[in-house]
Amino acid sequence: MEEMNINEMKELILNYVVKEYIDDDDVKITCETPLISSGYVDSFSMVSLLVFLENRFKIKIPPSKATPEAFDSVNSIVALVNQYLKQ
Amino acid sequence: MSFPESIRSIYQAQLAEIHHAGIFKEERFIHSSQSADIEVEFPSGSELKKVINMCANNYLGLSSHPEVIKAAHEGLETRGYGMSSVRFICGTQDIHRELENRVTEFLGTEDTILFPSCMDANAGVFEAILTSEDIMISDRLVHASIIDGMRLCSAQHDTFKHLSMEHLEEKLQLHADKRLKLVITDGVFSMDGDTAMLDKMVELCEKYGAMLLVDDSHATGFIGKTGRGTHEYCNVFGKIDIITTTFGKALGGASGGCVSGRKEIVEMCRQKARPYLFSNTIAPVIVSGVLKVFDILSGSTERRDKLEKNAAYWRKGLTEAGFILKDGNTPIVPVMLFNAKLSQDFSKDLYREGIYAIGFFFPVVPNGQARIRTQISAGHEVHHLDRALDAFIRVGKKYGILGLTHDQIVEKYGL
Repeated sequence: MEEMNINEMKELILNYVVKEYIDDDDVKITCETPLISSGYVDSFSMVSLLVFLENRFKIKIPPSKATPEAFDSVNSIVALVNQYLKQ
Repeated sequence: MSFPESIRSIYQAQLAEIHHAGIFKEERFIHSSQSADIEVEFPSGSELKKVINMCANNYLGLSSHPEVIKAAHEGLETRGYGMSSVRFICGTQDIHRELENRVTEFLGTEDTILFPSCMDANAGVFEAILTSEDIMISDRLVHASIIDGMRLCSAQHDTFKHLSMEHLEEKLQLHADKRLKLVITDGVFSMDGDTAMLDKMVELCEKYGAMLLVDDSHATGFIGKTGRGTHEYCNVFGKIDIITTTFGKALGGASGGCVSGRKEIVEMCRQKARPYLFSNTIAPVIVSGVLKVFDILSGSTERRDKLEKNAAYWRKGLTEAGFILKDGNTPIVPVMLFNAKLSQDFSKDLYREGIYAIGFFFPVVPNGQARIRTQISAGHEVHHLDRALDAFIRVGKKYGILGLTHDQIVEKYGL
């Protein structure tokens, strides 16, 4: 059941990332795709993602933890969200 | 005071990486004044070559205009060479304030403050007027100097998709709780040559109580019926809160920039903007030249009209020849090649043909969007454009790309 929840979470975040950041229809990203280090997401645009995660999952991620590294793939974002869901 | 081999090798490795990535920038030495016809030494040490310049920001052809040069000489004679001081100590002459007033009048704003460059204007303005309680919302393709300026500011930042007004509105709603909201855009985008929809942006900013900043460096002097800029083109003259622009492109092309806008914003920059406070302003000789540029522009729209005609002629010729261009109606005309190596090879072949135009590729433009960026000038005559077009067609035929679609070029050369 927990595995299922994680997959749903991944799908939800992946869909948001694609809608918010990927303009080119030819670009296909997965949960492993590096988002910031490969240039798909500008670090300046991360605030929207942060607000989305905080609102959707009812969590508060401190600015010091919302780093480009933590946001660099859907998988790492899911790990970050899980960390604060458990608190 | 030591630069041992261990330190030197770190930099050598980094430079080697830049070389390896194919993004090492080499300068070409121009032995003539800036104009449509220039003499270039490239590579370094080679014989001079006469080429047509298709990549200068010399939109109005004023870089070497005799009246501007004469005015600069007069400025040098009457106001000297340097000020040896920042503005607020003893570095302000009457002509500095005169130029600020001329810019204010030309752009239809409330006040203006000069900066050593528009890079400095953009580096200083955000930090001077915003705090951590505020938000900056910028188009995703704004100029690098704006990005640097935003990095220096403690306000939060967010972006909206290039030219997407729906996305901007979403962001204005998302950040409705912030004390001050500043929407930021280029007027004309330097890499694509497309234009911000300032009329719609003004409407959205009014609806959501946000300020609007426009960097009009690639527009001031020639966009709009009388060349006032993108705000004139979009029929929102007098409605932009902050305009930053440069004297280093169309307006004589020497150097210098400014922040022009609401008087309180300008005064905040005068009190707090660090590049203004801690650097000398524009040298008197350049101020004198720019004042003459405004005389020329205020007297006639002949140059911007000729530029418009030249750009339309160039765009039509390339399109009919079968090149793919970025849509737009500015003098920035990107010829799309998509593949990075092809853009570099194409540029080299053009140079051999006597045409100076540079290929751009990632990270300067998005991956798979490599192009030759051409920039048209009022200093070009039809014979320059015809010769350049012939060269583009010859090189285009060599690579077999004329008439091909995006997919066909990508299939042939890859991304």
